[in-house]
Amino acid sequence: MSRIVIISLFIILFVIIMIPFYAVALSSFKPGESLIRYGLNLSLDFSIMSFDNFIYLFTGEHDYFVWFWNSMTLTIVQVVLTLFVSAFVGYGFAAYDFKGKNFLFICVLLIMMVPFEILLVPLYSLINDLKMVNSYSAIILPGIANAATIFFFRQYLRSIPKEIIQSGRVDGANEYAIYFRLIMPIMKPSFAAMAILNGMNSWNNLLWPFMVLGDQSKFTLPIGLKTLLTPYGNNYDLLIVGSFFSIIPIFILFIAFQKYFIDGMTAGAVKG
Amino acid sequence: MIKKFVYSQKVAPYVFVLPFILIFLIFWFYPLVNSFVMSFQDKMLGQDPKWIGEANYSKLLTDKVFLTAIKNSVVYMLGTLVLLIPFPMLFAVMINSKLMMGREFFKSSFFLPALTSVAVAGTIFRLTFGEMEGSLMNSFLGLFGVEPIKFLKDGEWSMAALLILACWRWTGVNMLYYLSGLKSIDNEFYEAASIDGASAWQKFRTITMPLLKPTTVYVTTISVYAGLAMFTESLMMFNGNNSPKNIGLTIVGYLYRQGIEKNKLGYAAAVGIILLVIAMVINLTQLKFSGMFKKEED
Repeated sequence: MSRIVIISLFIILFVIIMIPFYAVALSSFKPGESLIRYGLNLSLDFSIMSFDNFIYLFTGEHDYFVWFWNSMTLTIVQVVLTLFVSAFVGYGFAAYDFKGKNFLFICVLLIMMVPFEILLVPLYSLINDLKMVNSYSAIILPGIANAATIFFFRQYLRSIPKEIIQSGRVDGANEYAIYFRLIMPIMKPSFAAMAILNGMNSWNNLLWPFMVLGDQSKFTLPIGLKTLLTPYGNNYDLLIVGSFFSIIPIFILFIAFQKYFIDGMTAGAVKG
Repeated sequence: MIKKFVYSQKVAPYVFVLPFILIFLIFWFYPLVNSFVMSFQDKMLGQDPKWIGEANYSKLLTDKVFLTAIKNSVVYMLGTLVLLIPFPMLFAVMINSKLMMGREFFKSSFFLPALTSVAVAGTIFRLTFGEMEGSLMNSFLGLFGVEPIKFLKDGEWSMAALLILACWRWTGVNMLYYLSGLKSIDNEFYEAASIDGASAWQKFRTITMPLLKPTTVYVTTISVYAGLAMFTESLMMFNGNNSPKNIGLTIVGYLYRQGIEKNKLGYAAAVGIILLVIAMVINLTQLKFSGMFKKEED
């Protein structure tokens, strides 16, 4: 196949992939009623385009920035706790041989293979019994020892020479000091990859937070955006400009840390 | 004394994996067992359960709406397998070839859709597939003289819309999986094949495809999982869990409808157990046939 064919194909794919983004960006300058009447479209009609939606987003009376702030806080707390716990566990699996290790590791793999969604009902009833409904801990705790993240850290740490651990022991450091002082510093790149991947998932997570949170003041951004689409209310102007604005932070993060996104995403895919 | 115990080299590994054991038992094992028990009960939130044996299961097997949900989920899953494995694999091979330019640019731009949340992506596609003449899809089809289509009111069209959304979001990601798989293939294989006079297609079929098998197994596994468990995409596309004649209802959507919307926890739990069985059977069969168990466990 010639170079021209391949490159044209990729340009066409690129255009197709970008059209939805372009349409959203364009529509965020159009009045909401135009969306209702025509749906998302590519017409560049300057007579109806204005910055009104953006002005409304930043000055209007709505909860958008409450949701934005909630999403930010929740994402940061969730990522920090999940990484701390999952890396700790991952090290345990990578560095030691102990009774029951294989069994426990099979449990990790099992969680990765079972759809989380089947646990929606029993987990919801458990959260209800624990009086954790409407709290962020109900979103954070169940995922704090994230199976995929544990798996990633375990794979990553298996390549670290055992001599480091041995030399730590010779120097008289205890097992935890070895982990925190010697191992954690060399894990930095893997932390970056997992932080970004977990952050992306947390920032975009909809279903479980939607079930747990009932209080509008606690809504995260995806839930808030979802509630803007009702059969009765007409919130398209806020919805479209809000959607557009919500993509921006993650895009900036992606452009700054591309390599880590890709590392995190593809870890485990090669080995299987 | 306690300090000495916790610090010993024998106990330390258990301290390290303790958080996993606790979370696993509380938020995974217990709910799973509970789900299994509940599936034999008639239970509402906050009320005492009533034991009804396998009644939930026998009712489900004749429940037409549930069978529709299974059909939708399975069709969606098969659709994603057909669309999201061969094409990303081919794209990865092309982008990896020496002829390609702007590799990094295409790689990252194809990844961008995966960064959008289901809430945003679903909204975008809901509006793209609007039934009006002026909406993106219909105005595109209008160029070819096609009459406006009511995408989200017709079963086949709405399935197509869901699959297009899936392709938009995941083609780039699966392509990246294949690219990282390609990196691990030794160039010597291709050089040897070139000496033997193999064509590009022969090289692809006899070298690339077999050596990408671990990646394919991985992508298949996560696609089966994600395809069967799809729910939020449909929730956003149809602006709620109710679609005309249930054309967008999935297994998890039905679980949600019964368990959360109607508070029939037992019935919903049975739906979950059936989904678990379907997912496990498909994935274990797939892994067995691809010989994955022999290599694993080290």
